[in-house]
Amino acid sequence: MPKVKIDIEHVAKLASLKLSAEQQRKLEKQLSEILSYVGQLEEVNTNNIEPIGQITGLENVTREDETAPSFTQEAALKNASRQHNGFFEVDAVFTENSPE
Amino acid sequence: MTSKGNFRRRLTLYKLMIDPQKLTIQEASELIAEKKISAVELNQSFLERAKKLNAKLNSFITICRDEALKQAKKVDELIAGNQSLNPLAGIPIAFKDLFSTKGIKTTAGSKVLENYAPAYNATVVKKLLDENVICIGKTNLDAWGHGSSGENSDFGPTKNPYDSSKVAGGSSSGSAAAVASAACLASTGTDTGGSIRLPSAFCNLVGLKPTYGLVSRSGIIAMASSLDCIGHLTKTVYDNALVLNTTAGKDFFDSTTQENRVGDYTKNINRGVKNLKIGLPKEYFGNLDKDIKEKTLAAVKTLEKLGAKIEEVSLPHTKYGVATYYIIQPSEVSSNLARYDGIRFGFGREKFGSEAKRRIILGTFTLSSGYYDAYYLKAMKVRRLIKEDFEKAFEKVDVIICPTSPTLPFKIGEKSDDPLKMYLSDIFVVNQNLAGVPSLNVPCGFINGLPLGMQIVGRHFSEELLYQVGYAHEQETKFYERRPEL
Amino acid sequence: MNYEPVIGLEVHIELETKSKMFCRCSADYFTAKPNTHTCPVCLGLPGAMPVANKKAIEYAQKFGIALGCHFLLKSKFDRKNYFYPDLAKGFQISQYEMPFSQRGSLEIVIDDQSKKIGITRAHLEEDTGKLTHAQIKGKKVTLIDFNRSGVPLLEIVSEPDMKSALEAKAYAQKLQQIARYLGVSNADMEEGSMRIEPNVSLRRVSKSQSVKVSKLPDYKVELKNINSFRFAQKAINFEIERQSKLLDKGERVSQETRGWNEKENKTVSQRSKEEAHDYRYFPEPDLPPLGFGSSRKAEITKTIPELPDKKFERFKKQYDINQDDVQILTADKKIADFFEEANEAYRKKDSKKVANWITGELLRRLNEQGKSISEIELLPASLAELLYLIDKGDITQNQAKEVFEQMIITGKGAQLVIKTLGVQQMTQLDLQKLVDKIIAQNNKAVEDYKAGKVASLGFLIGQIQREAKGQADANLAKNLLLEKLKK
Repeated sequence: MPKVKIDIEHVAKLASLKLSAEQQRKLEKQLSEILSYVGQLEEVNTNNIEPIGQITGLENVTREDETAPSFTQEAALKNASRQHNGFFEVDAVFTENSPE
Repeated sequence: MTSKGNFRRRLTLYKLMIDPQKLTIQEASELIAEKKISAVELNQSFLERAKKLNAKLNSFITICRDEALKQAKKVDELIAGNQSLNPLAGIPIAFKDLFSTKGIKTTAGSKVLENYAPAYNATVVKKLLDENVICIGKTNLDAWGHGSSGENSDFGPTKNPYDSSKVAGGSSSGSAAAVASAACLASTGTDTGGSIRLPSAFCNLVGLKPTYGLVSRSGIIAMASSLDCIGHLTKTVYDNALVLNTTAGKDFFDSTTQENRVGDYTKNINRGVKNLKIGLPKEYFGNLDKDIKEKTLAAVKTLEKLGAKIEEVSLPHTKYGVATYYIIQPSEVSSNLARYDGIRFGFGREKFGSEAKRRIILGTFTLSSGYYDAYYLKAMKVRRLIKEDFEKAFEKVDVIICPTSPTLPFKIGEKSDDPLKMYLSDIFVVNQNLAGVPSLNVPCGFINGLPLGMQIVGRHFSEELLYQVGYAHEQETKFYERRPEL
Repeated sequence: MNYEPVIGLEVHIELETKSKMFCRCSADYFTAKPNTHTCPVCLGLPGAMPVANKKAIEYAQKFGIALGCHFLLKSKFDRKNYFYPDLAKGFQISQYEMPFSQRGSLEIVIDDQSKKIGITRAHLEEDTGKLTHAQIKGKKVTLIDFNRSGVPLLEIVSEPDMKSALEAKAYAQKLQQIARYLGVSNADMEEGSMRIEPNVSLRRVSKSQSVKVSKLPDYKVELKNINSFRFAQKAINFEIERQSKLLDKGERVSQETRGWNEKENKTVSQRSKEEAHDYRYFPEPDLPPLGFGSSRKAEITKTIPELPDKKFERFKKQYDINQDDVQILTADKKIADFFEEANEAYRKKDSKKVANWITGELLRRLNEQGKSISEIELLPASLAELLYLIDKGDITQNQAKEVFEQMIITGKGAQLVIKTLGVQQMTQLDLQKLVDKIIAQNNKAVEDYKAGKVASLGFLIGQIQREAKGQADANLAKNLLLEKLKK
């Protein structure tokens, strides 16, 4: 396992979390210790071992293509912090930043 | 039957000299069914106790007084009408605050959801409410399930009823304290890496982590989806089996469940342990604290006296459990917590506490490009080896017994500023989640007035057997009778 | 320096299932009021879990087979993690490692030249919610509607085998045609049930170098915001032009995403900074993996109808119709089926006639009325009935066209419409009588004709037509008249 130094700033961005400089510093230290600890898995021989999937071996769980009642518009918006005319509302985002 | 007749039958707890603190579900259920006590009275006494103790123990985030009494009244009406009800009818139960309860605040122990009341019930909540349990309230927990002590709650830690300077164990801290302090007769919990078993051990309770996929996760705020198990805490083994009768079974809304259950988990509970093969994994007893080792082996001896055969087994990959767990779990946590953006419900991500942030950052990293193979993928391979360890052991023995916690309940604040130290508390409990196997924590005695527990672990879907072993030990020792002094 | 465009297409097709991909909300969201088709699952509420729609899986596999893809017997879903307001859970359930289909192809034809375009993969995923931008009380906001969140999407990724905007358009149109043939999607660009994202780059090709020798370009530009085939063509052509100019100047082309700007007819850079997205894919733990038996492919193949290319070849062989008309008839499976049913009902082995009525009359009227064939109630047998009546002489060709228009509008059969319109061709007997009458009434004209004045014939025919009020077949009238006049 590579000896790692996490780029906390980059990871925080990926995780959409804002961290103060102090928090970043503290986290870097703590996570470095944790990663060091979990790095011991490197010594386990996993050649030809398949990663585990469903722990109880279940497969093929699907449902029929049938509809069931949805929330009313009111129920859907019930917990929204901001709403407008039946829509959820947020500050403007720019399509330029859409990952899709 | 006239209402006058009913009233005459409704003798108060006082007149009957019943101490509700000492009741088990089994006993309370009989009293209700025999109309010796009304559900309203019973629940009134538990509600009062819950409220009274909350300032000291902080077991509850929400106490649902009005709702509870309304439900209890309905049960009394059904009983008056001579309706035959499930043994859980009228029984006061608390739900860990990860369980969605329709219209009732569900916070996950976090400021992010401080104002969130779900528009739907979790499947397990619905199942229990359909059997007319009474919801006393929502219990405190390490926020999002992240913790082994209860100290990571955004609403203050829960104290251990046996010693309020000590932690109650986590993350189902409030659930454990609530049952141990007799504020309710059962509570639900989640166990991703020991979160039911640890607090059960710390609070002298029976706590079940069922097989992964036996009980539905639908409607329960997810921590790590491939590890989360839905269980519950009670005073006695029989009570625990009663609750599982209602919660177990395949659910349409949870694609990872299956109907691999026993009809009635209480039916053969007193079968005994004659000729049962019990394995003691050497890796769990090697470096163990000598007092804990002594008590645990004494418990094993009790079972041997009752006819069980003891032998040593090996679970060779045990020592890698915490490392494996602390890669897989934060990875899945980082993904499961992505929906908390404050748009459709709750507050924004800035309200996450420091442990949540820590796990999200760690998990985002272990899944990220360039690191996925070395961390998440590698851990999922080691996980297979851990699962195979158990499978191989169960070719030789029927159940495995091992300690639950490497320490007794520790002082509040003792481990809280060293995350790695806290993670190592999980050393005996994470491997069962990694393997998906069921594990029942049962009381194992007291050391310096503090409780300890031990785990009875079995093959996938062997809960009935675990209850039989637990019951045999409990009937010999009756540790549940030692109540905390509150 | 010559450049050869290297174009690939990423196409998203919304599958027309009743319910969404992972919940039972209705997937028919197009005209619904905002946030009226949601539930805990597609709203990403705490604790909600996905349950996979088996029909969507079937449709996805069906499409893969139709594209000649390798059919995977084992598959699973993966989580694609990123943050955006239209993505309720903060991750999209998609397929990364083991998509249902891989390594297929489809054929396009341009100027009678057929070309094979490779298909890298086709996988199933869930759609996101829809964003609209607005200004409320002077503040710029984004509004979110989650009705579309969770609708099943098939993502089809092509190899970068296309070399022109025309080829790209042909490929997209072929995919659309196949989607409609299979009945798995309406694949409508305007409605958003089909979306395309071309990626365009240029590779240098000098006259002396063979194309095979030159390397693939080390960048690609992704184009978004394209909602019609026409715009796709324009955008790609603009890009090719823009990139050529840059390369000519010796500049590098940045790898980026660009949006098509309709008003200004150009592509505009959408990212100020290049940020490769790290989606942190991992297997979806809430959905057990999928495994299929060896018979699954055959079972699904049975449900696949004759596909456009095959139908085209068969029509050419089986029917006496020219290639252009075959193209028209097989473009839409419903038209092709209509043709074959009508032809079968007509039983006179005159497929050319039936085809002409469809391409000439039916399709023209549908266009005029802005309708598609699935919106009308006209039966193929009714067309056959109409043709019989023309053959029998009950109505004229012209009358038949009027009748047919009404048949399309009302969906009623030929006989009924004829009765309603009161359109009837005169019987031969009646026509004979009329001819006699006109001859009797127009002695002078008759004499003139017999004396050699040809124009008088026309006059007499005109008189017959006038009297018959359009119900006389002109040719028949002429022949009967001539016969009578001979005597």
